[in-house]
Amino acid sequence: MIRYTIRRVLISIPILVVGTFLAFIMVASAGDPLAELRAKPGVTEEDVHNLSVALGLDQPVLVRYWHWVTNFVQGDWGTSVALGQARADVYTVVTDSFFVTLRLVVGAEILALVLGMAVGVLAAVKQYSIFDYAATSVAFLMFSMPVFCVAVVLKDYGIQLNNVLTSMGMDRWLTTAGPPSGGFSGNVGEVIFKYTGTFLLPTVSLMLISFAAYSRFQRSSMLETLHSDYVRTARAKGISSARVTFRHAFRNALIPVVTLFSFNAGSVLTGAIITETVFGWNGMGKLLVNAVRQFDPNMLMGWLVVTATLVVVFNLVADLLYGVLDPRIRLG
Amino acid sequence: MADMSTLINAAPEEGAVNESRHEFDAKARTQGQIVLRRFLRHKLAMASVGVLVLLVLIAFIGPLFMSYSYDDTSSGPYLRPSGEHLLGTTQVGKDMLALLMRGTQYSLQIALIVAVVSTLIGVVFGSVAGYLRGATETVLMRVVDLLMIVPQIAVAAILVKGLSGSWTTVAIVLALFGWMSIARITRGETLSLSQREFVEAARALGASTPQIIFRHLVPNMIGSITVNATLSCATAVLAEAALSFIGLGVQLPDTSLGVVVQENYTQLITRPWLFWGPFLVIVLISLAINFIGDGLRDAFDPRQTKVRA
Repeated sequence: MIRYTIRRVLISIPILVVGTFLAFIMVASAGDPLAELRAKPGVTEEDVHNLSVALGLDQPVLVRYWHWVTNFVQGDWGTSVALGQARADVYTVVTDSFFVTLRLVVGAEILALVLGMAVGVLAAVKQYSIFDYAATSVAFLMFSMPVFCVAVVLKDYGIQLNNVLTSMGMDRWLTTAGPPSGGFSGNVGEVIFKYTGTFLLPTVSLMLISFAAYSRFQRSSMLETLHSDYVRTARAKGISSARVTFRHAFRNALIPVVTLFSFNAGSVLTGAIITETVFGWNGMGKLLVNAVRQFDPNMLMGWLVVTATLVVVFNLVADLLYGVLDPRIRLG
Repeated sequence: MADMSTLINAAPEEGAVNESRHEFDAKARTQGQIVLRRFLRHKLAMASVGVLVLLVLIAFIGPLFMSYSYDDTSSGPYLRPSGEHLLGTTQVGKDMLALLMRGTQYSLQIALIVAVVSTLIGVVFGSVAGYLRGATETVLMRVVDLLMIVPQIAVAAILVKGLSGSWTTVAIVLALFGWMSIARITRGETLSLSQREFVEAARALGASTPQIIFRHLVPNMIGSITVNATLSCATAVLAEAALSFIGLGVQLPDTSLGVVVQENYTQLITRPWLFWGPFLVIVLISLAINFIGDGLRDAFDPRQTKVRA
């Protein structure tokens, strides 16, 4: 397995390198980062030209890519060239936003996985029951729902709830405009109150989407194991129903779900982009939207490299987990 | 050799046995007829077809009966729903119902283009890689890996912003970055199909590689191809809506359901009809398409025995 891991990592490197090259060309040809400056009154053509020379934007794309990639591998991710960013350091901005998103996504994904597995197993064990039909309908509805609509509805009714709370003389509970900078203070009760208030709505709207996929996946894989021969054998031997369900069927039904969890990294990020936009979190989503609006090449490259690496790593984890959980699969 | 038929006819089972057998004879049906019968009997799928047809009719023919065009701003801003404006008007005085019809038109067109283009690319890529194997497969599948490492919405946002925000651009960009999973599925299926005897027979008869791929392999995968094309339709509706919602998708004067939601979602509490209208249309479209996909999956599934074929 170690050899397999090393080989996979080695294969990933050229993919990432070619990926950055194509991404750089795409970003460079998509738009002019100085367009906003150009449009400002009182800015002459000469100012723009001087700035583009200073930023190296006047050079051919290949030269710029070479500069970018050599600096990047040395840890210099460049600075933002967009207006109003004060030449922000890309590395700091991207890593900061990354951890904001991570705080949001990890909780939501764990919740979605646990809930999805529970609902999926129950729906499979009680196949064609009312619960099964209800779970299926909810999952289908969630699949067909745009993420942002769920987020918008949650946000606006959260604000309504806050208004009710304040009218009753209590503090606002749900935060609908991003987490406070610098963490939470106060006694334990207050921290819990503020923490849940801050995370509840974005977490729920992120969770609902993944939950639908996990519960469907868990249900179908659980059904497959429940109908397999070794489960029938176990039943025939007189093992209790609960033991058969959990020791024999459930453990094997976990394999595809766990892999889906790892493969899901990309779509979770997509969900985060939308959720952050609605709830005003300064994470990867907000960063992408702003960087695209301003054609900020270095910022976009930083964003793309971090997400691409993340997706590659999670795909590798999925493959490795598959081998660990199912000994019949030999990685080689 | 000429006596083959008489030989068969003279088989000892002929006679009384044969007669009673005819009683239970089913009329021979082609694979397509079987699938169609199964699909027509799938209630949920047929209901979804009905809903979708209705939506298409309203979106494309409805505007002919409307007294307000989607870009008519002559009415007052934020009028409440009335006989004149069934769903009220927006901030700039556009009729919401007319806007919804227009948005549905564009969203459906985008979904259709995405489904057709991404299925075409995906099937060609996947089947060629799966059949030719070797270096071709490695190169093609690495291209797939390469395109899959960045979320579709990010690449689409950058490209749409850079090119133009017209609905065709959005459709083409979404299609160009949405075919990879179809390619993977097609490749997997080609790998197992190309081991079968009929492929070997075709090759022995001297069929060329394109002939084997497109005349023998692809028709045998029509089930999963159709199902995935349907599902990519639903995904496209949602992807377009998400892209337009963050302001990096379809730009005015073109519109779409995503744009309509994006322009009106702030009115959820004060004027709920402006939000729930487009929201329900999006959910209805993708729900209907998903159910149709589900019905097709069941219809193509040879293990499906619920409906007698």
